[in-house]
Amino acid sequence: MPALELTNVRKTYTSGDAEIVALDHATLSVAEDEIVALVGPSGSGKTTLLSISGGLLTPTEGEVVVGGRDISGYSAQQLTEFRRSSVGFVFQSVNLVPFLTARENLVVVNDFGRRRGRKEARARAEKLLDELGLQRRMDNLPGQLSGGERQRVAIGRALMNEPDLVLIDEPTSALDTKLGEQVMELIVSEVKGRSTAAVIVTHDARMAHYADRTVTITDGVLAA
Amino acid sequence: MKLGLLELWRRPLRFAIAGASLLLLSVLLLFLGGLLDGLFIGSTGLLRAQKAELVVYSSDAKDSLVRSRIDPDLRATVESVDGVAATGGLGVALVGGRVPGQDDLANLSVTGFELPVSSMPADVQLAPGQALADRSLRAAGVEVGQTVAVGSGQAPVEVVGWVDDTDYLQQGGFFVEPSTWRQVLAQSRPDSNLPDGTFQALVVQVADGAGAQEVADAIDAATAGATSTLTKEQAVSALPGIKEQDSTFSSIIYVTLFVAGLVVGLFFALLTLERLGMYAVFKAIGASSRQVFSSVVTQSVVVAGVSFAIGAIVMWLLTFVLPAEVPVALVPSRLVQTGVLLVVMSVLGAVVSLRRVVRVDPASAIG
Ligand SMILES: Nc1ncnc2c1ncn2[C@@H]1O[C@H](COP(=O)(O)OP(=O)(O)OP(=O)(O)O)[C@@H](O)[C@H]1O
Ligand SMILES: [Mg+2]
Repeated sequence: MPALELTNVRKTYTSGDAEIVALDHATLSVAEDEIVALVGPSGSGKTTLLSISGGLLTPTEGEVVVGGRDISGYSAQQLTEFRRSSVGFVFQSVNLVPFLTARENLVVVNDFGRRRGRKEARARAEKLLDELGLQRRMDNLPGQLSGGERQRVAIGRALMNEPDLVLIDEPTSALDTKLGEQVMELIVSEVKGRSTAAVIVTHDARMAHYADRTVTITDGVLAA
Repeated sequence: MKLGLLELWRRPLRFAIAGASLLLLSVLLLFLGGLLDGLFIGSTGLLRAQKAELVVYSSDAKDSLVRSRIDPDLRATVESVDGVAATGGLGVALVGGRVPGQDDLANLSVTGFELPVSSMPADVQLAPGQALADRSLRAAGVEVGQTVAVGSGQAPVEVVGWVDDTDYLQQGGFFVEPSTWRQVLAQSRPDSNLPDGTFQALVVQVADGAGAQEVADAIDAATAGATSTLTKEQAVSALPGIKEQDSTFSSIIYVTLFVAGLVVGLFFALLTLERLGMYAVFKAIGASSRQVFSSVVTQSVVVAGVSFAIGAIVMWLLTFVLPAEVPVALVPSRLVQTGVLLVVMSVLGAVVSLRRVVRVDPASAIG
């Protein structure tokens, strides 16, 4: 069973009279432990595709199946539950909770879903942060972390609930090449180590070779 | 919810403005309530202190002690009614008293009594020219052992002890045996020369098992309408100004509570607006609207609760520096009531932000 299957997904935005086609008949299948890089210029529809795959946006047309669940017709409430249990996001702008420490930023994901006990959640958060090289930064607030460290905390948060699918938007945009490569390597090892599927958006073709496969998108149209 | 508390704890300054406003409103509310209670206590102590269920006035007195007259014949009629266990004569003279060493006259409610009131020993015996003074009169310089010159006749009365919470119409309770009261009354108001045995009112102890209201009705029937008998509670609210005070202060208090709700509502509306981005992230990572909203409500309750607690302490400290003419009383039930109402208003204020929180689109976390 593929981790993600988009079939003929179309997404249009209306702003005023104009209709913007952000995604046009996108069809994409990501296997269970596959890492797909999504490459394309700015405004091509990368974030839109990610948001639809993760249940943040509903498509105008088409079918979205994640881990065998067809989420195209889900209500807002069902989508909340779906996001909590099945996907992990790393947003383009990192978006950590500013008044929570690195560890708490991970644990809070568990608090919303109440999947495991506090102790267990804490242990998992620490293990993830440790693997991400943040063992000394667990008690720091986001404001006390560097850009790269924040990005890594966000990756940890995405993996916290053992999602079937991790969606990562521009993980390296704020980083220099070297740090960018480190972060990519981390993502790859974390995702592969957990046999989770991932879609990683980047407009930097150099980062794409970390993935199993690269898909390009131009003006909302996918091309393998 | 825990998230809301954590934010409060880690960033208390963000809530400082709302907290400070609520603190000031709490002090204002407690001050108004305390003033109302103080006025009530200072007006009604004499009646509330009676260890009796009923008060009997003459029917032409319009339920006012100073206008009322009960002569021995009428008293005998009252005592013959079934269910009346005991009666006591009661009369007051509202006069000034010159306290040794003080420039200002003390306001006295000179009370002639037969049945001891609640803060007196049951076997109290006063000689003519002796008085038990209400402890509130200490503010006017009254001390035990002093001789106070009472009324226009300057009748010398020695203070031999204290009673508590017996003030009447904001004048300090000054309890004497009936002949001393009659003397003071006659000297100060020559038109009110009452013969021995005549009082202004009677207090009535109802026999065990008899209903107070039924006995009251029976008394008025037996005297053929010459008396107007009230329960103690009815007598208290019939005192001049009590109802007016209550409705005036209550309406100010409710308006202030409404303003408190508006303050919280406005503040949390602004705070929510400022945090829409963060709420979108919460929702994107799996928080439900309910979870986000409950953290907002928790914050409003905690801010209101803490502000109120500090406000109560401030008010308590204020009672030490307020002059004695400002009769503020801090009553526990008022404290609890005000605190609960303030918290309820804060929750209502937070509810204003509900729609906005529910509508936060998790997709807006992406940008
Ligand atoms: N809420 C919206 N309303 C209207 N148009 C939108 C909205 N969100 C995105 N768009 C438009 O849809 C198109 C695709 O946007 P999207 O964010 O998916 O691009 P992107 O590939 O992620 O770009 P970038 O690399 O700059 O992040 C763009 O033309 C954008 O302007
Ligand atoms: Mg984007």
